[in-house]
Amino acid sequence: MKQFVCIVCPNGCGLMVDENTMEVTGHKCKRGIDFGVNEVTNPMRTICTTVKTTFAEAPVLPVRVSEDIPKSQIFEVMSEINKVVLSKSVSRGDVIIANVLGLGVDVIATSDLIKEL
Amino acid sequence: MINYDVVVIGGGPAGLAAAISANKAGSKVLLIEREARLGGILKQCIHDGFGIVKFGEKLSGPEYAERYIDEFIKGKIDCEMLTFVTSIKKTAEGFAITVVNRTGVIKYLAKSIVLATGCRERTAKQVSIHGTRPAGVFTAGQAQHFVNLLGEMVTKKCVILGSGDIGLIMARRLTLEGAEVLGVYEAKSTPSGLTRNIHQCLNDFNIPLHLSHTVTKVFGSERLTSVEITKVDERMQPIAGTSEIIECDSLILSVGLIPENELAESLGVELDNFAKGPRCDGQFMTSVGGVFTCGNATHVNDLADYVSESGEIAGIGASAYAEAERELVNIGMNEKTLYIVPEMIDLKANNSNTILFFRSKYVLNKCKINVIIDGVNVFAKKFAFLRPPEMERIVLNFDELKVTKDSKIEFEIVEG
Repeated sequence: MKQFVCIVCPNGCGLMVDENTMEVTGHKCKRGIDFGVNEVTNPMRTICTTVKTTFAEAPVLPVRVSEDIPKSQIFEVMSEINKVVLSKSVSRGDVIIANVLGLGVDVIATSDLIKEL
Repeated sequence: MINYDVVVIGGGPAGLAAAISANKAGSKVLLIEREARLGGILKQCIHDGFGIVKFGEKLSGPEYAERYIDEFIKGKIDCEMLTFVTSIKKTAEGFAITVVNRTGVIKYLAKSIVLATGCRERTAKQVSIHGTRPAGVFTAGQAQHFVNLLGEMVTKKCVILGSGDIGLIMARRLTLEGAEVLGVYEAKSTPSGLTRNIHQCLNDFNIPLHLSHTVTKVFGSERLTSVEITKVDERMQPIAGTSEIIECDSLILSVGLIPENELAESLGVELDNFAKGPRCDGQFMTSVGGVFTCGNATHVNDLADYVSESGEIAGIGASAYAEAERELVNIGMNEKTLYIVPEMIDLKANNSNTILFFRSKYVLNKCKINVIIDGVNVFAKKFAFLRPPEMERIVLNFDELKVTKDSKIEFEIVEG
């Protein structure tokens, strides 16, 4: 039996997952079941970080992954993101790295910061 | 003197929502922001988790703020950036507001004002840490500003004092950027931040959380070289003989937020000693007619979504404001309650959909809240647990309940 806190929403339900039957208890909604099963089989996480830019007034631009990635690959994805130096104007939602590490998710801009310059 | 119906002070999530709702209600609105960009603290809160309540989506801080900024721009609402309010006075004609910016001093006259001034971080000076004054002691928000807006790393190896949410978020953020976070130390015996943040920001990265421990001394002449950690008792007093020295180049403080209400106080607005912000009614009007409060200036919220919600209500209230006597009835609370907002209701206003926020004073398991009017229990709700870091929200229809100006309204949390 594994015990942890659901991170899907601010409710933060305390989940219990039976690793043999994959039965989840303690959740208040369906998303808790998916999270609970994933957490014991293949935990997934998001990454929110920044990329460097060549713009003096906005030296970094906030970005995130478009979908959750395997928790075990957080630092690999971070090192890909840290290679980027952005020199062109982008808008919120624009793809900064497509299909990062072949994971099927993009790294996207989360601000219009540079567009406003 | 330039005239407006509503002047909103502060361009963060609360002020943006207030300006948008007052504009929609037909008022001529001006928003005043001291920084160069709108969005307030959300500009640097690049982590996700915003908007789950409001939009049903997990957005980052900038994404959440920019949705409101887009709407604000679409509404063609007047806005003064890089502008600082130096004084507000209530006069017979309305609120006389003096501001200063690069063009000089400007005076405005408003029928009502919304104070959306947010909150400030408690600093090292406010938590009595002894020792030298080296570089490398940051508040969590300061560190966040350096890393997320300026792209400057503040540490290679650090200790975090306080388990507030920003501290937990920064523990993860600094780890992602390659720093070593040696541990999070919390003087209280329970964590101050949300449980889910302890899971995803600390447990995920094997960062230890040490409860009932605090930093008692800092060392270093130019730059911080180490900190002294000491165990504390239940009254948060250091226990002799339990100290240890930890080498690090930075100390990050996440030791609490305090609503910013200098302008409110200058107007004679009454503050609530428990919520630390202005006492207000269900429309978020303070004790001074025409002065509205919202967001983290009223009380420190867990979620930006509720900050926006209070801004929206305050904006509607400010737009509808007409100088008139209110019929205010206080809402009392019991010893197990940390605070409630609003602290009063105006019987002359619409109270059919009054939102009541509260926090418990202690960690309580299996408890119940009651709302009692003149001895009659009119609302009850059970909770598996209540924790001070987790704000709760209920909606009440006071118009359906028999409340008169002599009524006694009580809010209580009871165990069992």
